[in-house]
Amino acid sequence: MRPAWSIIFFTTISGLGFGLAAWLVLGFVTLTNPAELVVVGLVVIALIGAGLVSSTFHLGHPERAWRALSQWRSSWLSREGVLAVLALAGLLAWGWYQTHVGPVPGWAGVALALVMAVTVYATSMIYASLRTVARWYHPLTPVCYLMFAAAGGLLAVLLVLAALGQAYGDALELSVLLALGSAWGIKIVWWQMAGAAGSGSSLATATGLTGLGAVRSLMPPHTSENYLQHEMGFVVARKHAARLRVIALLGGGVVPAVLVLLGRGSVPVLGLAVLVHLAGVFVERWLFFAEAKHVVSLYYGDQH
Amino acid sequence: MTSLPEPSAIKLGLVIDLDICVGCQACVVNCKEWNTSGYGAPLADADAYGAAPNGAWLNRVHAFEAGAGADAKVVHFPKSCLHCEAAPCVTVCPTGASFKRAEDGIVLVNEDWCIGCGLCAWSCPYGAREMDPAEGVMKKCTLCVDRIYNDNLPAEDQVPACVRTCPTNARHFGDLGDPQSDISRLVAERGGVDLMPEQDTKPVNKYLPPRPRRKADETPMSLLAMAEEATPAGFWKWVDKTLEKLG
Repeated sequence: MRPAWSIIFFTTISGLGFGLAAWLVLGFVTLTNPAELVVVGLVVIALIGAGLVSSTFHLGHPERAWRALSQWRSSWLSREGVLAVLALAGLLAWGWYQTHVGPVPGWAGVALALVMAVTVYATSMIYASLRTVARWYHPLTPVCYLMFAAAGGLLAVLLVLAALGQAYGDALELSVLLALGSAWGIKIVWWQMAGAAGSGSSLATATGLTGLGAVRSLMPPHTSENYLQHEMGFVVARKHAARLRVIALLGGGVVPAVLVLLGRGSVPVLGLAVLVHLAGVFVERWLFFAEAKHVVSLYYGDQH
Repeated sequence: MTSLPEPSAIKLGLVIDLDICVGCQACVVNCKEWNTSGYGAPLADADAYGAAPNGAWLNRVHAFEAGAGADAKVVHFPKSCLHCEAAPCVTVCPTGASFKRAEDGIVLVNEDWCIGCGLCAWSCPYGAREMDPAEGVMKKCTLCVDRIYNDNLPAEDQVPACVRTCPTNARHFGDLGDPQSDISRLVAERGGVDLMPEQDTKPVNKYLPPRPRRKADETPMSLLAMAEEATPAGFWKWVDKTLEKLG
């Protein structure tokens, strides 16, 4: 599948934003000072919002994007939109309550964190519900998205605490390392399992020409690339997949973990850790699209 | 509304005879022509006369080869929307632009609502949808909904453009929900099949497989071998013998 930059940026940035927001409303950062709350809140909203806005850049008609909120009964893309709006509204309400009334009750924080989690789940289901892409149509796909949002968010919590001058204990540091480790552990399992998953279709079933021997493409229906090949026949990454996976794992997991151990409350070091993590997840997300094969490529001579 | 309607009694669709299609591309051209000038936004091309032309087409004809050696069969394979009963392209649509008609099962796109996200094309295993390069909205086969119910056209033209134009009658249009319809009987007679049944899309359109042919002989005789085996007679017998004597 062709990796659209806007979509990769969206899932990476808003994933981190929802992760950070969830830990925030769960009380992992104590925000007593209204000025601090506004700044941190704006950063979170900027992360989520930048992702959402960028996701409209690949649309043919971005001005009609509001219509995408209407079909939540059947469409994961629509559910994702509705939930993201709910999550943002909830976050604003949470911030208003914190500054005007007092600490938000624990159950409300948990409920809001759940909305964040379900939003990330909905994002992942846009892809995981597509039967046509065997690699995505796998029960671990949503787990990967959720784990990366949780791990990235927790890593960002360290940076926020350091920036606010609040000390954090070894337990939180260890949690970040564990979260990063499990996210990448599941991703590696996903690379193996989902990568080996077949579509169950072949050119014989795609053409109904069964029982005649091997079927192969003899002549394409057109002489230059069409929309289907442009959108679903992306092959550039497969050649470098192994190398890119190492880069993603190093950037997204190993280097940030080392920086967390070295950082110990240092804003520049933790800031670098978050940036390198984002870059690594960006490569991981790019591979998520670029490595994925669509069954329609069978019609164009691809042997699955 | 992108939830799928209850399966309709009338299921309009196409039956494509792979035994007959000669791959002339007339259906492709007539489809493009009708859908450029008819329903919705024109079916656009980009850089049509340049180095890398591309455009939206709703019907494409592939050619496949099945089998090997002397028994290999070339099959011309027209492919367009199959108007699936469990159409994934409908349920994934976030705006309600992609829908399946409750009355006759035709899958359509409301081009005024489509945001051009492309998710429906991703969800279709058959590659039946293509984004319009000029309009930024998704295009697909309408089963010529603007012809089949159009009383301004003569009766023989009230069929999809691809069916009307096919010079070999490889394409048939009708109600696949009615087991007594001509095309339902054709499907039953010829053992019509679904494409990618394992994707659970329940396509309405059916494909008729090529009829079985006799096997080619195991070792076909070459023309040269035939000539060498033949015994000359008359004048050529005399030439043959004389030349042999000369050594």
